[in-house]
Amino acid sequence: MKIFVRALLGASALSLVSFAASATDITVATVNNGDMIRMQGLMDDFYAKHPDIKVNWVTLEENALRQQVTTDIATGGGQFDVLTIGTYEVPIWAKQGWLVSLDNLPASYDINDLLPPIRAGLSYDGKLYASPFYGESSFVNYRTDLAEKAGVTIPEKPTWDDIKTAAAAMNDPDNGVYGICLRGKPGWGENTAFITTMANSYGARWFDMEWHPQFNTPEWKATLDDYLELLTKYGPPGASANGYNENLTLSLQGKCGIRIDATVSASSLLDPKQSEFADKVAFALAPDKGLGKRANWLWAWSLAIPKSSQKQDAAKTFIDWATNKDYLALVASKEGWANVPPGTRKSLYENPEYAKLPFARLTLESINSADPDHPTVQPVPYTGVQFVAIPEFQGIGTSVGQEFSAALAGQETADEALANAQKLTDEEMKAAGYY
Amino acid sequence: MARAATPARKTVNTIAAWVVALIIFFPIFWTVMTSFKPEPVAVAFPPVWFDFPWSFENYQTVIQLRGYGQFFWNSVVIAFGSTILGMIIAIPAAWAMAFVHGPRTKDLLMWMLSTKMMPAAGVLVPIYLIGKALGLMDTRFLLTIVLMLMNLPIIVWMLYTYFREIPGEILEAARMDGASLANEIIYVLTPMAVPGIASTLLLNVIMAWNESFWTLNLTAFQAAPLTKFIAGFSSPQGLFYAKLSAASVMAFLPILILGWFSQKQLVRGLTFGAVK
Repeated sequence: MKIFVRALLGASALSLVSFAASATDITVATVNNGDMIRMQGLMDDFYAKHPDIKVNWVTLEENALRQQVTTDIATGGGQFDVLTIGTYEVPIWAKQGWLVSLDNLPASYDINDLLPPIRAGLSYDGKLYASPFYGESSFVNYRTDLAEKAGVTIPEKPTWDDIKTAAAAMNDPDNGVYGICLRGKPGWGENTAFITTMANSYGARWFDMEWHPQFNTPEWKATLDDYLELLTKYGPPGASANGYNENLTLSLQGKCGIRIDATVSASSLLDPKQSEFADKVAFALAPDKGLGKRANWLWAWSLAIPKSSQKQDAAKTFIDWATNKDYLALVASKEGWANVPPGTRKSLYENPEYAKLPFARLTLESINSADPDHPTVQPVPYTGVQFVAIPEFQGIGTSVGQEFSAALAGQETADEALANAQKLTDEEMKAAGYY
Repeated sequence: MARAATPARKTVNTIAAWVVALIIFFPIFWTVMTSFKPEPVAVAFPPVWFDFPWSFENYQTVIQLRGYGQFFWNSVVIAFGSTILGMIIAIPAAWAMAFVHGPRTKDLLMWMLSTKMMPAAGVLVPIYLIGKALGLMDTRFLLTIVLMLMNLPIIVWMLYTYFREIPGEILEAARMDGASLANEIIYVLTPMAVPGIASTLLLNVIMAWNESFWTLNLTAFQAAPLTKFIAGFSSPQGLFYAKLSAASVMAFLPILILGWFSQKQLVRGLTFGAVK
């Protein structure tokens, strides 16, 4: 019996020791994109440096992630230690007091190396609340062989008229090539994002300084008329169902003369494994209308720590590893510079190896010219370039996107779509108590 | 008496049945096909039917990226656990309602069913808070309990319907022979209602296996079942349909196989009493 008790005590002591020495588990909620998957493959480097932290990944569809993380934060559930969120959520959630400030990351993180617009987009009240994992803007990509054949040139800084002329010249539906591919699928992160940037360049805005919606203005009318004309005359069939993925696929298959979309897709377009037109792609800045604003957005997937996390120190260590300069060098050494997460740090664009990539300079210029604090020609009370950083926008943006998509599908006219957008936004804003 | 079917009517019926079956089956067929395609072919329009390089690459990628075993085991524990627990509670409840009718039995049954009409999202936050307070977030135990509660009204209703078909006199005879209540339920009622119990069990395992609202919302990593496994393959950037399809096939195949082997039992249970 004595032996048994001793053995039991010994076992208990041992289990206590092993408990004390066991790793801190942190749970990272993330979305399924190429850069995140790549990171999961490079975790050996993290474990070698931090053997005391174990990372559990929870990968979710973007909207499911938002819903689950919102519930968790709002109730203080504490299921997650690191969240993958975008520039839309950061200012809203930081304002609510849901996120931990990241201002005290180690000096090696070099916060001043972050690209200023990205840093601004992820800050609230001057403090950084999320660390960018990759950043993007939008620009033009086009098929050089088609442009040559059609006898058109697309300048590096095109206007909307340049784009229209080129799209008309390159359009060849009989041979399965369409002049232009733009987002038509409804959703605040799909067609609404694109059309909002287009509207910014046309001098339109979502709200005036009193938060009244502005869809009844001539600027919005001109935007939507031109958008519909471009896609109905020179776009692919069924354009109202095409989002980011669909248009990227069409471009990879060489079916789009011109496409205006995320800068981050450049590396796919230039990859001969993904596209047989990889050597026939060129890039240009997003178009403008001569009013001082180009139609390019600003987005960054970033890592943040919810206030409800019980393991904030370990979470901070992980974020520092995943978003500092060493991580970019690690990806470059394993997978080449083209696969480094773009758009977050100045030092990346100063690197001569990276600067050689054909999209590097234009991506940087696009990001730097996007200003989330002054996104429009006329003044606005909100921040955000292709979205309005208020909690109501997700719902309103998607409803407005549905109206625009219906107009593109021919179910209603541009005037009806704008009138409906005005009405529904007005009702939502009134209900939310803005006026 | 059954109406005599003319050969023409028979042919029409057969064709109609096939059309309906094919329409129902088509999404499954397409998912399986897509899971063997390379990503660009999966989204090609017009769709490619059979002429593509078939490969298991998507399955390999999916397993390599996220693993499968833990998700699968969690699904098994949650689906079977919640159903068996539900049966243990529902068999006596349905017995009481079927054989010891009270004036409020019908109301009680209706009330139980009415809880199913409430949108689940309405009770998400309270359940979340309870789970958090009890320290049960992201555990299989919490999901087992929640899914059991969600499916309990259906289990009770199904069992009640089956039990009603069993003549009360048989139970009475058992009682007169001195059987206790427990013995009556375990040795007399249950064996007679086996087809009904089996089909209830199977149907509820399928429902719990496929349930996605609670399984997505109440789990993070430790207790995440196959629904979460699938959800992780939808991507905001880049092509994902083929990998998503491979993940879906891996999620529904086990339950499809189970359903396949038990279809005789299932059909017998679902039509139990109707042909007597």
